[in-house]
Amino acid sequence: MSSDVVLEARSLVKWFPTGSSKLLSRPTDMVQAVDGVSFRLERGTTLAVVGESGCGKSTLGRLLARLIEPTSGSVMLDGSDVTAADSRELLALRRDIQVVFQDPYACLNPRHSIGQSIGTPIRIQKTLSRAGEKERVRELMGLVGLNPEHYNRFPHEFSGGQRQRAGIARALALSPKVIIADEPVSALDVSIQAQILNLMEDLQRQLGLSYVFIAHDLSVVRHIADRVGVMYLGKVVEIGDPESVYDTTAHPYTRALLSAVPVADPRSAGRRTRIVLTGDVPSPVDPPSGCRFRTRCPKAEARCAIEEPPLVDAPGRRASGHLVACHFPD
Amino acid sequence: MTLLSVRDLHVTFGTADGDVRAVKGVSFDVSPGETVAIVGESGSGKSVTANSLLRLNFGADVRTSGQVLLEGRDILAMSDEEVRRVRGREVAMIFQDPLTALNPFYTVGRQIGEAYAVHHPEAAKKELREIALDSLHKVGIPEPGKRIDQYPHEFSGGMRQRVVVAMALVNSPKILIADEPTTALDVTVQAQILELIAAMQEEHGSAVILITHDLGVVAEITERVMVMYAGRVVESAAVADAFASPTHPYTRGLLKSVKSLDSVRHERLESIPGIPPSLINLPSGCPFHPRCAYADSLGRRCSTEVPDLRRVGSGSSACHLPDERLLDLLGGSHEQ
Repeated sequence: MSSDVVLEARSLVKWFPTGSSKLLSRPTDMVQAVDGVSFRLERGTTLAVVGESGCGKSTLGRLLARLIEPTSGSVMLDGSDVTAADSRELLALRRDIQVVFQDPYACLNPRHSIGQSIGTPIRIQKTLSRAGEKERVRELMGLVGLNPEHYNRFPHEFSGGQRQRAGIARALALSPKVIIADEPVSALDVSIQAQILNLMEDLQRQLGLSYVFIAHDLSVVRHIADRVGVMYLGKVVEIGDPESVYDTTAHPYTRALLSAVPVADPRSAGRRTRIVLTGDVPSPVDPPSGCRFRTRCPKAEARCAIEEPPLVDAPGRRASGHLVACHFPD
Repeated sequence: MTLLSVRDLHVTFGTADGDVRAVKGVSFDVSPGETVAIVGESGSGKSVTANSLLRLNFGADVRTSGQVLLEGRDILAMSDEEVRRVRGREVAMIFQDPLTALNPFYTVGRQIGEAYAVHHPEAAKKELREIALDSLHKVGIPEPGKRIDQYPHEFSGGMRQRVVVAMALVNSPKILIADEPTTALDVTVQAQILELIAAMQEEHGSAVILITHDLGVVAEITERVMVMYAGRVVESAAVADAFASPTHPYTRGLLKSVKSLDSVRHERLESIPGIPPSLINLPSGCPFHPRCAYADSLGRRCSTEVPDLRRVGSGSSACHLPDERLLDLLGGSHEQ
């Protein structure tokens, strides 16, 4: 298989200082939000990043689009270093990486018409004339399933699903190569989620887009992803093809996460074994030594507290590119 | 024996844009110890229905009619004082966001004690502390002796929801209403809270009315489900029946929209076309007809006549399609 990598993360690290109170916090207190994440996204495919609140998945998304600066590590887009780009180069790179957020209402200006909002990136980048912009916006609205005649309507006149369509249209305005979608359907009703996911898949096929799809919903991810990375406390603990990760899970955290998903089939209730994790996720300011999951892991042994497990080929699954960071993988 | 009987409940909110008829003629019964789910999407009226059970719909212009009979006593006809005696003691409620249900200025121990003291004014301070300690222990909060004197911000989201469950159950209510109790929580924490609710239900023998949009949660813990759409119940059935052979096109659409853990990569998802209707400007006839795949087959009836909830198979359905077509067309169509 020839690989055509469009986006690559190399040992990305993001630590945030916890500077809430100078008196109480030691100057060294750092939230280790993302701690050494590497992956490759192949052109025209979807990489999903899953994990629970605070695992660093959204911070990772922001790093990829360089909405925030990494503490160390780099992001390569088609061979050029996004993280090293100066502001002029960055403006050009922004055409190639766009972001879709969870709450489309929060990222549409309520005083701008939906058409104006969708056209904003075109105005910032000055890629088209005013007339050209309008025409492009109408074309985009049609593409995402909005009625182009609603160009002059305001965000409040649209439903949640339609607003997310507008958010997607805006992300597409500059014909990007990569879209970072951060929980794009989790604020939507179930029946609408399916519409938006189908739309995203159609657009991917039509336009050859590559997605980084950040989500907490494992069922959604199974559906849309070509590769799935599971994060826990700032680190990727398991990554691979969805079939391999879901059906031949190697990491105990992934296993617990999958077993916790409620299944919409009453016949299976009680038949599945649920691994209920005890306790809470430890603080990312002071993560556990060794393996970060060891404090909640049913398999943890002394070694797990001393030695951090590297992300390596999962035993017996080399062919599928399935990697796991665990001393005792399944 | 019926514990709670809701009869022809209507709730209308007057707004500047016109009347919002959030609940239109909802009736259902709940037996002691039973778990009932009310499922629906945003704006379906599920939360307004739940709030009505304790008269918690507030606003300048709220019009409620019908009956909410708790062991024969009509909550909607009670004096404010009488309702206060029901709230928290006979019927308790937990909400989606535990942080808004807890007072940031008081320790969790004090708040749990207060929930008990409201209905037991004679209880001494020492007794209240013991009750709070015992409750924290029961809902699985580690180190309850230390946690009892902590404030809500010192707890994680899951632990806060445990505190809220402890508060709701401190008076061993007959009914626990849980409005999206796990929606704001991570999936591993959700699993913990659902197990907790089920265990507490076992211990107290309370009935649970679970409001949710998540069909997975419904399948996991409830026995009976009511599906709401645009203020009405469109289907009511045992959970196993509703999932295996839904008798309303909307329920079928919902089930088909659910993404499963063993779905096939990039397989096209079935979705319900269109968007949920505006409650101010509802479609004529069956409110679901503009999105319904079967509406055309019945000529104009679906767009002119509101279908009544009637007995179909082992449950009830509000659809104009004839029984045999409902059972036939939709039956067994929910492949895994």
